[in-house]
Amino acid sequence: MANSEQLIKMKVLKIATAGSVDDGKSTLIGRILYDTKSLTDDKLEAIEEKSRQRGFDYLDFSLATDGLVAEREQGITIDVAHIYFSTPSKSFIIADTPGHIEYTRNMVTGASTAQASIVLIDARNGVIEQTYRHFFINNLLRIKDVVIAVNKMDLVDFSEEKFNAIKKEIEFIASKSGYRGQNLTFIPMSALQGDNVVHKSENTPWYKGETLMHHLEKLEPEDISEISQARFPVQTVIRPKTEQYHDFRGYAGKIYGGDLSVGDEVAVLPSQTKSKIKTINFFDKEFETAKRGSSVTITLEDNVNVSRGDMLVKVNEEPTIAKQLDATICWMDKEPLKASQKYYIKHGVNDAQAKITKLSSIINTDFSGIEENPSELVLNQIGDIQLKLSKPLLVDSYSDNKSNGSFILIDSKTNSTVGVGFIK
Amino acid sequence: MSNKTIQVDALESEAIYIFREVVAQFEKPVLLFSGGKDSITLVRLAQKAFYPAKIPFPLMHIDTGHNFPETIEFRDRLAKELGVELIVRNVQDNIDSGRVKEETGRYASRNMLQTETLLDAIEEFGFDACIGGARRDEEKARAKERIFSVRDDFGQWDEKNQRPEVFDMLNGKIDLGQNVRVFPISNWTELDVWSYIEQEDIEIPSIYFAHKRKVFVRDGMIWSADDEVVFRDKEEEVLEKMVRFRTVGDMSCTAAVLSDAVDIAKVVEEIRDSSISERGARIDDKRSEAAMEKRKQQGYF
Repeated sequence: MANSEQLIKMKVLKIATAGSVDDGKSTLIGRILYDTKSLTDDKLEAIEEKSRQRGFDYLDFSLATDGLVAEREQGITIDVAHIYFSTPSKSFIIADTPGHIEYTRNMVTGASTAQASIVLIDARNGVIEQTYRHFFINNLLRIKDVVIAVNKMDLVDFSEEKFNAIKKEIEFIASKSGYRGQNLTFIPMSALQGDNVVHKSENTPWYKGETLMHHLEKLEPEDISEISQARFPVQTVIRPKTEQYHDFRGYAGKIYGGDLSVGDEVAVLPSQTKSKIKTINFFDKEFETAKRGSSVTITLEDNVNVSRGDMLVKVNEEPTIAKQLDATICWMDKEPLKASQKYYIKHGVNDAQAKITKLSSIINTDFSGIEENPSELVLNQIGDIQLKLSKPLLVDSYSDNKSNGSFILIDSKTNSTVGVGFIK
Repeated sequence: MSNKTIQVDALESEAIYIFREVVAQFEKPVLLFSGGKDSITLVRLAQKAFYPAKIPFPLMHIDTGHNFPETIEFRDRLAKELGVELIVRNVQDNIDSGRVKEETGRYASRNMLQTETLLDAIEEFGFDACIGGARRDEEKARAKERIFSVRDDFGQWDEKNQRPEVFDMLNGKIDLGQNVRVFPISNWTELDVWSYIEQEDIEIPSIYFAHKRKVFVRDGMIWSADDEVVFRDKEEEVLEKMVRFRTVGDMSCTAAVLSDAVDIAKVVEEIRDSSISERGARIDDKRSEAAMEKRKQQGYF
């Protein structure tokens, strides 16, 4: 029952930002919050007071986002912080991450659920190593909309030449990337002074494009999994065992990639049993069709054996049933990854054991190529691996379906999440 | 019932997904229920996640003994309607036995004392997952909280060593003695919660709506003068005002706001136009900038 109100609420756009304090990233976020009137009086007062205490003659907006004590002490952002604000037409969630190389894993984490990303560049310094890395991660994660925010334009006299030089360099990097679906938008701005963030700047008459917020407001929020084939991984089986619902056997899960409808012929994987969708339930109502991104409960015509980790898909749209995987992995743990090590693998809601059979390469995040046959992959490095699985998993390539094409590795000794993989 | 298409709202779909992961990944989950709007919203989402089955875990309330009576009445009625087990553990018991010492003075509050009672209850029942209604937009330290947040035996949060959460995969693997705090509405804002309550027509305790109450003003904040719980100096004058509460925590640290919002539509409107953040009316956060982070390290929810 998608009433209009629900449709309005649906419009949540997730954005990732990466950059160091020096780029003015926290200042930019603070500026967005301030200019969209998202900072409440008490928060603003706290920022004003802290800025005064520190002897600044401007408002230090970074104080609004750097939430942990250690971060305030060191003046850097060390984790992913989530920032929420809305404009009349849309809600926004910013996953704010640090840009230093030692925080690559945080960038990947923050970007994993984002549809759009903002790459900040200090107009004085132009494209630096960090810019390459942000770009690399955006490509690896296949982020569709990337805004290149050329910041601190006030410090280069709002020079069009400077801006164009940076634009040219970025376009050259983009041409080297394997991901072609990206929309690049370049915006000259000064976060500190507010130029082209929310309000159009008078200092850049040569810039005919939109302000950052205007651009973001125009993006259509959508489920991050690319439109492809429907995948319904079963999270849990619902059996009420009450008199009224004596025979009810519902499969609870979230639909990824495509829509499902009553009457669809489905295969239950991995058993490959065929059946038809009998009902699609959401709370106390039944529906004909459920759109991707919806958490629903599905019942089948036949009494087939389905349990957690199984997947319902449309007949003739089966994913790969894989006992080994080729993947790109971002390593997130202090203990390095080495060939022949074993981990738990979590793929969606499914678990298995995995053995690293090959560590093929380390991929340089500055687009300078790869290092072949390394002995290990350390924290924040990205590389290509091969995995052998203890049981078959039902996978797609990451480029076909983000949710069904990604996995995490878990260290069985520490239970930590140690890596995130993208299936080839 | 034909020709109907559903697109579940992104935030609602995410919360339902999280509830189902909790039940699939843990042996003994519990929903921490305060009677506040966030935990009431959690209850509705849990209902939706498992319908037509009942909510497959109990509700637990850590009662400071300083709750608004309206909240307690509401809590008991809701649990009964749902047919779900309600566990109540009282901070007072720990005070009586001398395990914790009550704060004294102007800003005395039992809010901090809840932690000990909560940890005791987790141990008593062997809960391995405690579901709570915290949201990342409430406070800066909460903005970095994970959806599955691992706590050690002492309930401590190791904020620098959090597991990365990528895509929607939730890693609930823990060792014996550890437990996980789960926050299904992490990504909701205060306005999202209120809009949801309006859209779903969910009943909430009456103190959320504007009503006449005896209050007094201190440090620019409005406190309930109706009861003994909030310490009031003799010179602090009692007035009668139209007020409502934006949160329904411990009465001793929850201030009221002046309001004419007598129904849910007016509350949503008020929140939309509001210029004071929700926790701005919580004195416990004002103790220091790092107040929340410190409490969380000690096992606070």
